[in-house]
Amino acid sequence: MIDSTFINKCKNIFGAENVLTDKAELITYSYDATPGIPREIPGVVVFPENTKQIQELIFLARQTKTPIYPRGAGTCLSGGPVPLSKGVVVSFQKMNKILEIDADNLTATVQPGVIISDLNAAVSKFGLIYPPDPGSMATATVGGSVAENSGGLRGLKYGVTKHYIMGMEVVMPTGEIFRFGGKTVKNVTAYDFTNLFVGSEGTLGIITEIICKLIPAPKYRKAMIAFFEKLEDAGKTVTDIVRAHVIPATLEIMDKVTIQTVENYAKVGLPTDVEALLLIEVDGMGKDSVEWEAEKCIEVIGKNNGKYKIAETDAERDALWAARRAALPALAQVKPSTILEDATVPRTKIVDMLISIQNIAKKYNLLIGTFGHAGDGNLHPTILIDPTNKDEMERLHKAVDEIFESALSLGGTLSGEHGIGIAKLKYLKNEIGRSGVETMRRIKQALDPDNILNPGKLVPMED
Amino acid sequence: MTTSVFDNIDALKKELLRCMKCGNCMAACPIYNIEKKESSVARGKIALGEIALSSEDIKIDDETLVKLLFNCLVCKSCMMACPSQVRFDRIILGLRAAIAKKKGIPFVKKAIFGMLKNPELFDKGMKAFAVMQGLFLKEQQEKRRTPKGFMKTLGKRFDENFVIPELSKESFRDKVSEVITVKYSKCKALFFTGCSVNYLFPEVGEDLIYVLQKNNVSIVTPKRQNCCGMPVMVHGDIDTARELARKNIDVFEQSDCDYIITVCGSCGSALKTEYPIILEGDSNYEEKAKKWAEKTYDISTFLLKVINFEPPKGKLNLKVTYHDSCHLKKSMKVFAEPREIIKKIPGVTLLEMKKPDACCGSGGSYHLTHPETSLKIASSKAEDIKSTTAQAVCTGCPACMMELFESLHRANAQCDVIHTISLLSKSYKEEEKGNV
Repeated sequence: MIDSTFINKCKNIFGAENVLTDKAELITYSYDATPGIPREIPGVVVFPENTKQIQELIFLARQTKTPIYPRGAGTCLSGGPVPLSKGVVVSFQKMNKILEIDADNLTATVQPGVIISDLNAAVSKFGLIYPPDPGSMATATVGGSVAENSGGLRGLKYGVTKHYIMGMEVVMPTGEIFRFGGKTVKNVTAYDFTNLFVGSEGTLGIITEIICKLIPAPKYRKAMIAFFEKLEDAGKTVTDIVRAHVIPATLEIMDKVTIQTVENYAKVGLPTDVEALLLIEVDGMGKDSVEWEAEKCIEVIGKNNGKYKIAETDAERDALWAARRAALPALAQVKPSTILEDATVPRTKIVDMLISIQNIAKKYNLLIGTFGHAGDGNLHPTILIDPTNKDEMERLHKAVDEIFESALSLGGTLSGEHGIGIAKLKYLKNEIGRSGVETMRRIKQALDPDNILNPGKLVPMED
Repeated sequence: MTTSVFDNIDALKKELLRCMKCGNCMAACPIYNIEKKESSVARGKIALGEIALSSEDIKIDDETLVKLLFNCLVCKSCMMACPSQVRFDRIILGLRAAIAKKKGIPFVKKAIFGMLKNPELFDKGMKAFAVMQGLFLKEQQEKRRTPKGFMKTLGKRFDENFVIPELSKESFRDKVSEVITVKYSKCKALFFTGCSVNYLFPEVGEDLIYVLQKNNVSIVTPKRQNCCGMPVMVHGDIDTARELARKNIDVFEQSDCDYIITVCGSCGSALKTEYPIILEGDSNYEEKAKKWAEKTYDISTFLLKVINFEPPKGKLNLKVTYHDSCHLKKSMKVFAEPREIIKKIPGVTLLEMKKPDACCGSGGSYHLTHPETSLKIASSKAEDIKSTTAQAVCTGCPACMMELFESLHRANAQCDVIHTISLLSKSYKEEEKGNV
């Protein structure tokens, strides 16, 4: 446990200026961005500056059986960095250097505390991008998003974090420093550790260096917005666009509740009598191909009874995007608190899922606005609540249970991009079954025999 | 006033509830950007407030907690990035007021704030200090002063690179006539000078009077106007802030003016945004505060949108960059107008810096109480200004002017600091000389 000896040893390892022990400071590490989960105040917070310090911390924690909770910026939406059993929070905010940008190999090597948008700003000088773009990218760290395998708005065309990680350095829960992967596109040496550690939510090792894959920035883009009087038409447009062999960079949906709330709050000129809108953006390296893709989208929208507006200038594009960007802020205005879920279904089941969310909202008398990444089936039903209203909170929990149930019954998943953490731990077995849970336990025990790394998250250790 | 966040814990708790802890404020907070600690940013302070107000885990007067809650510039940058529109200005001031209520105001602060309430006493004090400034500050070229003797021991800020404009022995309001009536008067405006213009930058006041006269506006500069209250408000002394607000409103009421003009982002923000908040529920003053808030304009907005000013013709040959004062942009929402004015001045090229609306590091007394963080924020601002190669940085707030004045000096930059109104006035003066 954490006593003065432990804290003194931390100060020796990290330097006194990199160790927080005051209660008031510790309180500010008791949460992340997840609503409605328990909070716990850690015993100490440390700010490592190099890998060696983390290795020493692991040795210390193993001796004393002290839990370690790695933390990026704390924008996680599933409770990942919350120090459930007190212990040590390891904040990566000071390990935030971009170590190398190798434009010829299309890689960037970074420390985990680098902010995603800072990485993008740095590689943009070479005409490159790092595509994963979670909503929190202006704050979230590369390390945190690797641990959570974050998605974003461009998932349909560009994939998610796991598609852009080529190798890492990890301090194992037993203290060894392990490097795997590298700058080569092809690498089949050993197990595919990269895919094991991406999305491991800090339970298998502490990531201390990351090799990211970069791609050339698309030179052309075209954005449009389409309105539909029937939800079914919007859903069919999504699948028909893909069937027409167009893969838009962005294919976002907003339901009626969201549209009305956005218009009410931001007055961006949206029609409030429609059932759904789609925000579509195609991009690419060639002007002609982008034009062709845009025309195909317009054709599909027309066939499905949609009305559309196309952005001819950057200012018009910004205006279209303003509606999407206003979705969460607008919904957040209605009630004191919002619960944002990320149940995800196959693209072809979007409409079924939207209808089922609407029914759940009715059944439990809750206000739910749904928007999200229609192209990849990743929806964000946003439940608007007043946390001081006990009755409403009970209805909320039941509604959330049902949302997950229906996502699974449609062949979907509990979480598209937020992770399991604490928030969805109790649902895990429903998706991967008893054998899945057992397999996860065996992996966890093999790599972290003392269960000191982020215990209580992702892997249910007891039934 | 039982429903305001300053008097009612439940009202304050309700404001805290809006925060979803999404962390978007971290990208905007100048202090977080330097310190990288959760407690530096709005989200962390809100979490502390939640626990201190509703559990026994920590008390609102806990020593560290108080220190953390005072580690905020009140620059409102977080509010620009907040998707839930958390009203962090109310929250931080409400929390500080709660601390002040529980702990009392420290003796030194109380003495200073007490003096602010009494304009004659404050005026005498400032002038006495101006006479005595040689004891603490040695003179440098061009009316700058730098610390000497024991001042240097007062903290990191007061090293040999600290510079401050010379305090004027005669205040601006002493020099200017209280009422200036122009021949073809378009309207009558009250000039709310603010303390920095009155004692440190009287030339900004003179330039404003000159520009308004040129544009046929009659000006009243009441001698009895008080400090706007912002400096005491940010320390949680809400009683003194209210008293100052009421006294100022009384002065406005007696003035028979159509508008109030400010040349300071913080004073303007106090009159336009904060008075209606702190006087909420005050049966005598709430309505008056709202009325005068609507009549309050930053000079740039006034010139462009109220009187449609006569653009100057005098040529200046100057490359300038513009720094957005936090309170001017984030509170008064004034950012387009000053740029528009600058662009109308012949021969002036506006070169935008990297993040023109990043805080300069001043935060009023923050730069004295938190020198290390403030100096780092200020130095990155100075570097951004330097890399524009501008010959002068323009801004609309004397507090920023003071900070930029010092940080550019520390950064060895050959760049003047000038208020937007002074730049405009220069051009009018060149026009009079026939230099068009």
